[in-house]
Formats: sequence, structure tokens, C-alpha cells
Amino acid sequence: MDWIQTLLIPIVYSTILVVILLTGFAYLSYVERKLVARFTMRFGPNRAGPFGLLQPLADALKMMFKEELSPKNADLPVYLLAPFLAISTAVIGWAVFPFASRGFSVLGYSVPPVLADVNIGLLYVAAVTSIGSYAVVLAGWSSNNKYSLLGALRAGAQMVSYELPLGLTLVAVILVVGSMNMTEIIQYQLDHTWLIVLQPFAAIIFFIAGLAESNRSPFDLPETENELVSGYITEYGGIRFAAFFMGEYIHMITFGAIISILFLGGWSGPGADAVPFLGLVYFILKIALMIFMMIWVRASVPRVRYDQLMRFCWKFLMPLALLNLVVTAIVIAL
Amino acid sequence: MEIYLFFLFGGIAVVGALAMVFNKNAVHSALFLLLTLVMIAGLYVLLNAQFIAVAQIMVYAGAIVVLILFVVMLLGAELGESIPRWLTLRNSVMVLLALVFLTVSGTAVYDWLYSTQPITGTVTDEVIARQGSVQLVGESLFTQFLLPFELASILLLVGIIGVVVLGGWRLVQHRQRGE
Repeated sequence: MDWIQTLLIPIVYSTILVVILLTGFAYLSYVERKLVARFTMRFGPNRAGPFGLLQPLADALKMMFKEELSPKNADLPVYLLAPFLAISTAVIGWAVFPFASRGFSVLGYSVPPVLADVNIGLLYVAAVTSIGSYAVVLAGWSSNNKYSLLGALRAGAQMVSYELPLGLTLVAVILVVGSMNMTEIIQYQLDHTWLIVLQPFAAIIFFIAGLAESNRSPFDLPETENELVSGYITEYGGIRFAAFFMGEYIHMITFGAIISILFLGGWSGPGADAVPFLGLVYFILKIALMIFMMIWVRASVPRVRYDQLMRFCWKFLMPLALLNLVVTAIVIAL
Repeated sequence: MEIYLFFLFGGIAVVGALAMVFNKNAVHSALFLLLTLVMIAGLYVLLNAQFIAVAQIMVYAGAIVVLILFVVMLLGAELGESIPRWLTLRNSVMVLLALVFLTVSGTAVYDWLYSTQPITGTVTDEVIARQGSVQLVGESLFTQFLLPFELASILLLVGIIGVVVLGGWRLVQHRQRGE
């Protein structure tokens, strides 16, 4: 029964992952609303259920039963493809993330701690983040709306620009570790120390560029509501809008996971080697910390202007990332 | 398993390429180009060249097709002219040449498929398992193919400098006039 090992287990594995991510997103939106409300001295959602805990459910129901509208001159195939792309590009990165020190076995079949333990894990992540801009660009173009198109063009320029410092920090990580395999990157951090200590600049640049790549505040220019209505999602409503919403939040979780693996040691922590389940708990805690930071930034930093955004990327982040790379290379060569 | 995946990826790639050529909407064409490139990346994975596959996705899907979409959207050139007439002298010559090429390459593929000789090469599964395909690519780039590699870098550098000169030319003129 070889097909169970090679086909069935990965399918079940990824289905569980996708389901967890899709439900996790709902409560992430609740957490964000609650946290931002507390940061700005408000209460946040507190009507549906105890502490407003049923709010995501109510939102989901509302979204599902809304009428599906689409603009008259929209490019319908592309218009429908874009929300689908928004979710799928956010989810596929999870294939290479290790969750624990080792897997377990069910009925004699082994369940690995990572779905695909490939030796190009880090490059795969870079490739996946680089195709994330399609959903935004296509949504904006296909809506046949000026605001949407402007938002899409901004998003495209922003994502292509911030990919460069992001990629340069990844190269610095590869230089230090000497491997692109996610498992080996975590193993290196177990043997030495967390990479945030060895590569503090890379970690900070990665965090900032990650905010820009996932269109988070203060870099949420593609949907600046006070100049572009809602940017690329202006013409989307109901469940299609929910799909974009979902994609953005899953992008947040994915970036939290990437930062945790690259700079915070992934599943490593006291006792995680002996008890793999603890490793999963540490990993989730680290992701939660990163997401908290992103929400914190959103609540406290105003949105940047478009020219500031570009200048910051090309005249500050890029040279800093290059310098970091050169210094890292020199130190390693010595 | 592998042969089914080959025909799946290859088939979708061919259909995508045809759809790209025959589509009248430039944005749709760009999207079919993207589909074809991703499917070809799948073929690279089947050939054990994961690095090339991911590099293909990063460079072509992540940057080049985005730029193509950008230009099409900015120029508003998504709706091209309809194809006026098919049968011209030029087109017939091209079809003829394409058929000749197809015959030649098809013969080569046929010979390869039905040859009894085993395929030999230095990059086998064992080599990749031992070194990891990224290390393999890097090593051969910096030893065997050092000169072409450096030449390509110089070409790219010239391109970058050219862009800076072209983009900054107006600025320089402004400065010279003292504005």
C-alpha cells in the first residue's frame, strides 16, 4: 500500500493545514479588531456571544448571504480568478514549513513533521511570495474601475520593489546557514543561536519588507481608503471580498511563520526535542508574537505617502540590505 | 506516476501556449503565458532540477510577467486588432518552416523514445541526493562555466547602467541648465 504513504497522507495533511488556516484567519480578524480597539481606547466587538467571540461567525454568515454583484464591464474570468489566487498564493508556502522536531506514525505509516522536506525550501518561499502580487494586480485591472486600477498599479510597484530587500536578507541567511533547507536552518539555530542574534539587521529588514509584501499598514497603499475608496477591492463584495480578506490575513500568518523559522528558531524551545508537540506549541506562540507585532505597528504608525514608500525602499532598505549582505559575506570568509 | 505528470504538465503547457498566441486580449495572453511557464517549471521538477524550476517561477512568474502586465495595463493595449486574413504568402512560408522543424524535432524525440541505449549523464538522482541541486548548480557555475557566468553578469550590469543613464538623462539636462 505505497499510495497511502505517497499520496493519501500528503493530501490529508494539506487538507488539515488549509482548514486550520482558513478558520484561524477568522479568529485572527477578531483578535486584530479587538487589539486595535484596545490600542485606541475602544471596546471592539463585544455584542455577539461572550466577549464578542461569535463575531467572526456572524461576519462569515453575513458575507456568505450577500448578493454577488460584479461590474458591468468587468473582465469576468479574470475578475473571478483573482480572489481565488489571493487565497491560494497565501496557502501554498506552508508546504515547506517544519512544525516539530519529528513526526509520528499512524497505523505504521509515518507522518513527517514537514509536508515537503526539499533542499530549496527557502527559494520556494521566495518564489511563492513573489507571485503574491498577481491577485492584487489582476483584481484591480479586471474590475474596470479607475480607483481599482490605480490601487493595482501601486500594489504591483510596491511588491516588486520590496521583494529585492526581502531577497537580499534571505541570501544573508543562506550565507550564514549554508543551506536552503528549512529543517537545516532550524537545526543550525539549535546548534548555535537564533538568527535574530546573528543577523539583527536582516531580521528587521525582513519584517519591514514583509509588512509591505503583505500590504499591511503602514504600507497598505493599494487600498488607501481616503484616496482610492478601497483600491483594488473596491468592486468586490460578499464572499469574493471575504476571499481577499482571508488572503490578506493568511499572508500575515504565513509571514509570521517565515520569520519564526528563519530568525526565531522555528519550533525550537525548552523541551521541544523530547516532546514534538511542545515544538508545535512554541511555533504557534512565535507566530502569534509576530502577528501581534504587525497589529501593534498598524495601530501606532500612520500610513506613508507613495513617494515616501518608494524612497524608503530604494534609498534606505536596499542599501542597508546590500551592506548587511557584504558584511556577512566578509565575516564568513574570514 | 511520473509519465502521467509529464503528460499533465506538458499538455497544459502546450494548451496554454496555443491559447496565449490565439487570444485577442493581451492580458489574457499574459496570463496564459504565466500558466505555460508554471507548467514548464513543473516539468523541471520532474527532471530533478528543482532549483531551475523555482528560479523559473521567481524570475519569469514573479517579475517578468508582472512587468508585461504592467506595461499592457498602463498603455491600455489589452484589446488588440482582430486577425485580418490568415492565408498570406508569409504565413504559408512560416507554417511550412514550422512543419519542417516539427518533423526534425519529432524524429529526434521518436529516436530517443525507441532507442535501446540508456540515457547517460553526470547528473543522476544519486548525485543530486548527495549534493543538493543548488550546490550542484552553484559549483558548476563557478568552475566549469565561470566565463559565461561572468559575461552574463557584465551584460546585466550594462543593462542596469543603461537604464540609469536613460532614466536620469532629463535630470542631468535640468541640472546643466541650472534649473
